[in-house]
Amino acid sequence: MYRTIIIGAGITGLSIARWLTRYRGLQVIVIDKEPDVGWGVTKANTSIIHPCHEEHPDKHPLRSKLCLEGHNLWYKWVKELEIPAKWPGEIIVATNDEELKGLHKYIDYAYRIGVPGVRLIDRGEMLRLEPWINPDAIGGLYAPTAGTINPMMAAIAIAENIVDNGGKLLLGTRVEDIVVRDGKVVAVETSKGGIEADIVVNAAGLYADKISRMAGIDDYSIHPRRGQYLLFSDRVDVKPNKILHTAPTPKTKGVYAITTVDGNLLIGPTAEDLPEEAREENTTTHQGLDFIYEMASRILRKLPPRNKVVKTFAGLRPEPSTGTFIIRFHEKPWGFVEAAGIRSPGLTAAPAIGKHVSKLIIERLENIEPRKDWRSKRQAIPRPAYMAPRERDKLIRENPDYGWIICVCRKVSLGEIMEAVKRMKKIGVPEITLDGIKFRTHSMYGDCQGSQCRPHIAYLLWKRLGIQPWRITTKGDGSKYAFTEVKALLRGDRGA
Amino acid sequence: MLSPKSKPSYGVIVVPDRITKKDYDTVVIGGGPAGLAAALKAREKGLETLVVETRDRLGGIPLQCIHPGFGIHYFKEDMTGPEFVYRFIDKLLSTDIDYTVKSYVNMAEYVSPMEKKLEIITPYGTEIVRTKTIIYAAGARERTRYEIGITGPNPAGIMTAGEAQTLMDMYGVMPGKKILIVGSGDVGLIMARRFVLEGAEVVGVVEILPYPSGLIRNVQQCLKDYGIPLLLSHMVISVKQRNGRVSSAVVVKVDENFKPIQGTENEIECDTIVIAAGLKPRTKLLESLGAQIDPRTKGPVVNEYFETTIPGVFAAGNALIINDYVDYAVEQGELAALAATKYVDEKGIRIKKPVKIVLGRNMRLIVPQMLTLTSDALFYGRVARPEDNVWLSFKEIGFKIPQLKVLPSIMIRQKIRLDKLRMLETDTLTVEVIPRD
Amino acid sequence: MTRQVKKIICIVCPRGCEITVELEDGKIKSIKGYSCPLGKQYAEKEVVNPERILMSIVECVGGDLPVVSVKTAKPIPLSRMIEASKALADIAVKAPVEIGDKIFENLLGLGVDVIATRPCHEQRG
Ligand SMILES: Cc1cc2nc3c(=O)[nH]c(=O)nc-3n(C[C@H](O)[C@H](O)[C@H](O)COP(=O)(O)OP(=O)(O)OC[C@H]3O[C@@H](n4cnc5c(N)ncnc54)[C@H](O)[C@@H]3O)c2cc1C
Ligand SMILES: Cc1cc2nc3c(=O)[nH]c(=O)nc-3n(C[C@H](O)[C@H](O)[C@H](O)COP(=O)(O)OP(=O)(O)OC[C@H]3O[C@@H](n4cnc5c(N)ncnc54)[C@H](O)[C@@H]3O)c2cc1C
Ligand code: SF4
Repeated sequence: MYRTIIIGAGITGLSIARWLTRYRGLQVIVIDKEPDVGWGVTKANTSIIHPCHEEHPDKHPLRSKLCLEGHNLWYKWVKELEIPAKWPGEIIVATNDEELKGLHKYIDYAYRIGVPGVRLIDRGEMLRLEPWINPDAIGGLYAPTAGTINPMMAAIAIAENIVDNGGKLLLGTRVEDIVVRDGKVVAVETSKGGIEADIVVNAAGLYADKISRMAGIDDYSIHPRRGQYLLFSDRVDVKPNKILHTAPTPKTKGVYAITTVDGNLLIGPTAEDLPEEAREENTTTHQGLDFIYEMASRILRKLPPRNKVVKTFAGLRPEPSTGTFIIRFHEKPWGFVEAAGIRSPGLTAAPAIGKHVSKLIIERLENIEPRKDWRSKRQAIPRPAYMAPRERDKLIRENPDYGWIICVCRKVSLGEIMEAVKRMKKIGVPEITLDGIKFRTHSMYGDCQGSQCRPHIAYLLWKRLGIQPWRITTKGDGSKYAFTEVKALLRGDRGA
Repeated sequence: MLSPKSKPSYGVIVVPDRITKKDYDTVVIGGGPAGLAAALKAREKGLETLVVETRDRLGGIPLQCIHPGFGIHYFKEDMTGPEFVYRFIDKLLSTDIDYTVKSYVNMAEYVSPMEKKLEIITPYGTEIVRTKTIIYAAGARERTRYEIGITGPNPAGIMTAGEAQTLMDMYGVMPGKKILIVGSGDVGLIMARRFVLEGAEVVGVVEILPYPSGLIRNVQQCLKDYGIPLLLSHMVISVKQRNGRVSSAVVVKVDENFKPIQGTENEIECDTIVIAAGLKPRTKLLESLGAQIDPRTKGPVVNEYFETTIPGVFAAGNALIINDYVDYAVEQGELAALAATKYVDEKGIRIKKPVKIVLGRNMRLIVPQMLTLTSDALFYGRVARPEDNVWLSFKEIGFKIPQLKVLPSIMIRQKIRLDKLRMLETDTLTVEVIPRD
Repeated sequence: MTRQVKKIICIVCPRGCEITVELEDGKIKSIKGYSCPLGKQYAEKEVVNPERILMSIVECVGGDLPVVSVKTAKPIPLSRMIEASKALADIAVKAPVEIGDKIFENLLGLGVDVIATRPCHEQRG
């Protein structure tokens, strides 16, 4: 039995783990410092499954290969794992001749990488394909295969599938050191003690360079490149069907406008290089948001007013100093594997990175066989409000909680919330968090951002499970939802 | 799926009651003051009535408003929110009005003028109900930090006033110790006092306007009584965090166009930011029915019967227009019920002459937005800016009422009788505020 | 002889009249600016001994909600509001509670009772 430890429960680490659970003779453990999966870079991105025609086939041969392969694997993965996804295609919108000319090269890239259907379209066809495009635009590039998924739902689904197949998650556990003996990795030291390992995979996103250093590898570094977003209400009329994208310029990669799988208009991101130490600076700024709004207005016929924004947020891209994905199996120290610098299109490439990395590992080990009992399928949490009455009533008869809609913005029932809690416990979250429930059920995720349902959810968790509202956190650590009982401050138990 | 109807004993409403019929004259959506008042009036007038409420109990917002200030107009008594609303709940429980809690109207379909179909999800299954009319009284939701443009990270500890109030006064949970309040409307002022009375520190109330937007008496009894600082012409532009919880707010002074003045940024330490920046009518279901929404009130466009642009679908309370007083919500509920009765009896509401209400000088919003000219009309509106010594004028009919003072925060309520309205020769009626003399 | 002019915002009703009270040696000489008798009464009281109704919550054991809302049956001195709220921190009542039920007697010895403003029914199941 080989013990494989994967550091990082982001989309990269989880995809690697999913591939590895297919084999007999391996014990798979995924470690993350956060109390849940996907809370790093995976949480905040544009969520596009890229067609991959924007990758330079010569400069980034591995990345373009993994991108396309990952893209193709996602079709299967979203079905097996019931991940919300759609495949509307993408248009890069040119607003002047120079931009239009710049688009030609992507046809060449597409041809060489093998991306199907990419072609230039004139203004007339473009506006027919997508009436929400600004009529001032002059033409564009159409890539029909582009899709989008909900990345958090994906991470959660994969995590559940891993556990279902015997893998293990150690969440809320920070890796602090890697122990190397006789030129081989033998263990990782964590905030919760040491764990022996035969293989250690570094999929630590923004912190991958720090993890590599623990194993004595220091030939690259990572700095954050911030991307800010504006997310609009699912009730605004501006709902482009296609994924839209401003033409990339030498300075910026461009801003997207996309209707997410949840039905919200999302615009962004910015591309701001931050200093190396700013790895937690996922904060929005007025400048950043104004810039996005201005850029998006160039490609859209109309933008909803700013007061229809339901959320603003920022993500940080883990930009490697080498400029490219760092994926390698080290002979020195033997057993140390990296999937580092996984910047865009890391979400798209994830299933392929997982396959590639698992192959690097498997081919170096002995007596590893594919499992016959591996389960490819995972079921999503049922959503009664979106079911036919007959199906819904069957569910409600078994469990009346499915008949009480708690979150009115997203129509989420108490049953879904309780099921989410059950599943969180099953994958081994160290604490139930409100964000964990949010990402699994999409309660607290709509127009009111939880102001209407969150206190009731917290109360019901208290009543049903005994978790007091002052013990529950939003996102782990010190992010407590409340402080104490109302009267406790006057009694003087200030501690709380 | 139907069970025999048994009324719970006095006051017990935590157990969902059932929907007993397949057909109703009116279905009231929302069990707050407006909805309860509408249901009682509708039943009194003989309509078969159903109330649908999503929460686990009837009562709406006043259940959690434990301060006095309710019912001064309606009962001529000063009561707390729960005392006020329980008068209606208790009365409703003594009637045979059907109600169902923990129930959500998932879909509404307009079949014909005398038939609307509702799909209601309840803990005892899906109920399909037909009704001649709908009274939509689903209340309002609060604006969030994102809608008022507060940037920065997304830590815990930023919540709306209503969320804080639910935690404290329904569930006995203290959301924070060092509180900054955004918005000096009555809700913000009242919450500031609530926090102080329970031993928390309120570091300030931030208001973008140059004057407090709540009643002066609330400025007195909520802030001045306890020495809470009020920062006028200021706004919160961003927040900072520590360990995932908010640690401070960045506050800046604004000029007369509400633009931040460079160099006036100031960081105020706090562990909780309470957003009391106004309410927005809940209109999701009305929108799904195709009702027209007024961009000013953010509620539905209605005629003097509070009938939306969908025949037989009425609106009342905060779902119609954001009210200062619960009394107005109740009044609208009762009027909507009378209108629904008329609709049922007369198979629709006829239009004598369609009139459009036009907003004139210094008027920011108004309901109704149109008239049929078949009944007296009760107008509720708000001005755009404060003014002293003015006329509230209904221009084309030459009707003027003197006002000593108008303020955006104080709703104007004015009834105009049908005989006056009939004098209208045009198809528009302009409501304006004009200086006296 | 000391003369004093106090400006008071009347809080009796939403109109919020600004009332001016003239005092001479602590005695009221004139009251101006009120629009109704209630306002005058209020001002007379407010200049000597401001009083308010306290509202708060009290723990309710075995209830369908963890707390019941309460208020003082009569106004109490403003200066003792927080102290009074604190006095409610150590008590709990048992469900069922109905509106108007006496929750606490003679708060801080002020001769004022605390009464429930919201029912709290027994928790079922
Ligand atoms: C603004 C933006 C837009 C993007 N848009 C797209 C897009 O549209 N399409 C696309 O394909 N890609 C996109 N990407 C890229 C994609 O999001 C990332 O490539 C992908 O999410 C990276 O996943 P990951 O698992 O490598 O990293 P992460 O999700 O960050 O996972 C790493 C995990 O490691 C954990 N960790 C770190 N240090 C430690 C430690 N010491 N101990 C334990 N755990 C640790 C972290 O907590 C984290 O959960 C975008 C990225 C950004 C930022
Ligand atoms: C902090 C605060 C202080 C206040 N102070 C005062 C005061 O001192 N004096 C005063 O007169 N007024 C006061 N008010 C205003 C008063 O509470 C409101 O005017 C009144 O509650 C409005 O009544 P409503 O019935 O329209 O809405 P609500 O009370 O909001 O009731 C609406 C009901 O509809 C339900 N609902 C929503 N969506 C659906 C759906 N799809 N299906 C079924 N049910 C649904 C909700 O759960 C809710 O129970 C205050 C308000 C607040 C927030
Ligand atoms: S004086 Fe009378 S009218 Fe004026 S605020 Fe007081 S109670 Fe109201």
